[in-house]
Amino acid sequence: MSDQLRVNWIRCDAHGLCAELFPERITLDEWGYPIVDPTPIPRELRRHAERAVAQCPVLALSLVRIEDSPRPAR
Amino acid sequence: MVSPVNAPPSPKPTTLPRLLRGLGAGTNTLSLDAHIAIHGPLNIDIDAGSPDQTLCTTIANSGLGGRGGANFPVSRKIDAVIAERRAPHVLINATEGEPPSHKDHVLLRSTPHLVLDGALVCAGAIGAREITIAIEASSTAEYTALTAALAERTSQRMHPGVTITVATVPDGFVVGEERAVISALNGGPAKPTIAPPRPFQKGINGAPTLVQNAETAAHLALIARHGAEWFGAVGTTDEPGSALVTLTGAVTQPGVYEIALGTPLNDLIATAGGLTESARAYLIGGYFGSWIDARDAHALTLSNSDLRARGGGLGARAIIALPAHACGLHETARVADYLSHESAGQCGPCVHGLRAIADGLADLANGNAGAQADIERWLTLVAGRGACRHPDGAAKLIASALDVFADEIRAHTREKRCAASATKILPVPLSSSPKRTRA
Repeated sequence: MSDQLRVNWIRCDAHGLCAELFPERITLDEWGYPIVDPTPIPRELRRHAERAVAQCPVLALSLVRIEDSPRPAR
Repeated sequence: MVSPVNAPPSPKPTTLPRLLRGLGAGTNTLSLDAHIAIHGPLNIDIDAGSPDQTLCTTIANSGLGGRGGANFPVSRKIDAVIAERRAPHVLINATEGEPPSHKDHVLLRSTPHLVLDGALVCAGAIGAREITIAIEASSTAEYTALTAALAERTSQRMHPGVTITVATVPDGFVVGEERAVISALNGGPAKPTIAPPRPFQKGINGAPTLVQNAETAAHLALIARHGAEWFGAVGTTDEPGSALVTLTGAVTQPGVYEIALGTPLNDLIATAGGLTESARAYLIGGYFGSWIDARDAHALTLSNSDLRARGGGLGARAIIALPAHACGLHETARVADYLSHESAGQCGPCVHGLRAIADGLADLANGNAGAQADIERWLTLVAGRGACRHPDGAAKLIASALDVFADEIRAHTREKRCAASATKILPVPLSSSPKRTRA
């Protein structure tokens, strides 16, 4: 079980705060939209991730718990 | 009971076509009587209002994969809807926004009762009493055929316990995406929504909704009549059954054909009267599909397993034979421009990325070699970064063009020449979406 950042692409407006608050996992593409590194987030980085989620002005970012069991195809 | 009790049982067809059985040349529509004479009556109990386990087992044993393009197992969608334990809804997605595909519309125009039977099989399997059939607003001939077929059934008081509604949605490439259809039917914009929730959780009016493509429904109509074993008598072990393909481009008789899955591409082309001139490449799987070099296509079979090994997929089985006198680079650039305009305009990477890629491809076709590196970078940036798979599908097509048309790219950029004539092969309608919410 691990946590993963998920972007709601319909909401995201490229404000870019997430990349400033959590550069360990988020960079921006040339249009300002987040590129999320899917590497699992260790405990010591979790607060940074939570802050990025909380500060997104359009609430486009969320942390979701990923079960380790095989995922359904879609 | 769905059909008049006295209708004579029809023998199981042992040869293809199955879905297109009894259809001559031309665009005649099979009447209800003709439909029953050809296919026999549909004997299922759809008025129970609870899932029909026997029917579910038959469908699961058939191994039918969704024929709308994703090949997702039909029985898994059925199980997911039943597991929600709320009054479910059936949605037959009869939209066909893919420009090179015509197979669903041919079915609707020529044998609408088969699609209606399949919708009832869906309803019987999950215990639904409400069915919606969604079709584009511009598909007037198909709408007329469907509503006329429904009127025939109403006059015979068939399946009174089930409500069937034919609903129209706006035209557009992404409108056919199931969540966009549902959003439109629920009174929202005809655009994909974020998943989850998926349709089996929250679909039409919030009900658990079983979404199946029109051709998938037609197969279900025959599986319910003839059984799972009959269904798998053609096709491959992994991909049983027959499927409709739309074959266009440099073939003598372009059109919609029914094939056994796993049929060699060369056999299909022979059935269509052969090529009109040598082919440079084949686009397989429509505009979310992949180019296959004609030199690599000799042993190609029309199955997902064979195509996946080559980086492609069957998709909704639109196949275009690109003649040697056309330019695959220019053709793909036109389609990339179209797909960029057909973005729902909701997600930044799709809006900006597909626009940049389409402009880059036009640049490349005009001889600017430097554009290729940018295109390749952008292709990696759009995949997986949207609410739907529109950017992924477009990226896949364009990546395959860069690969297959490497010689053409060299000719355009180094020798500044395009050996092809100006003939346009790939159909690109005027874009249906004026919207641009972000750019």
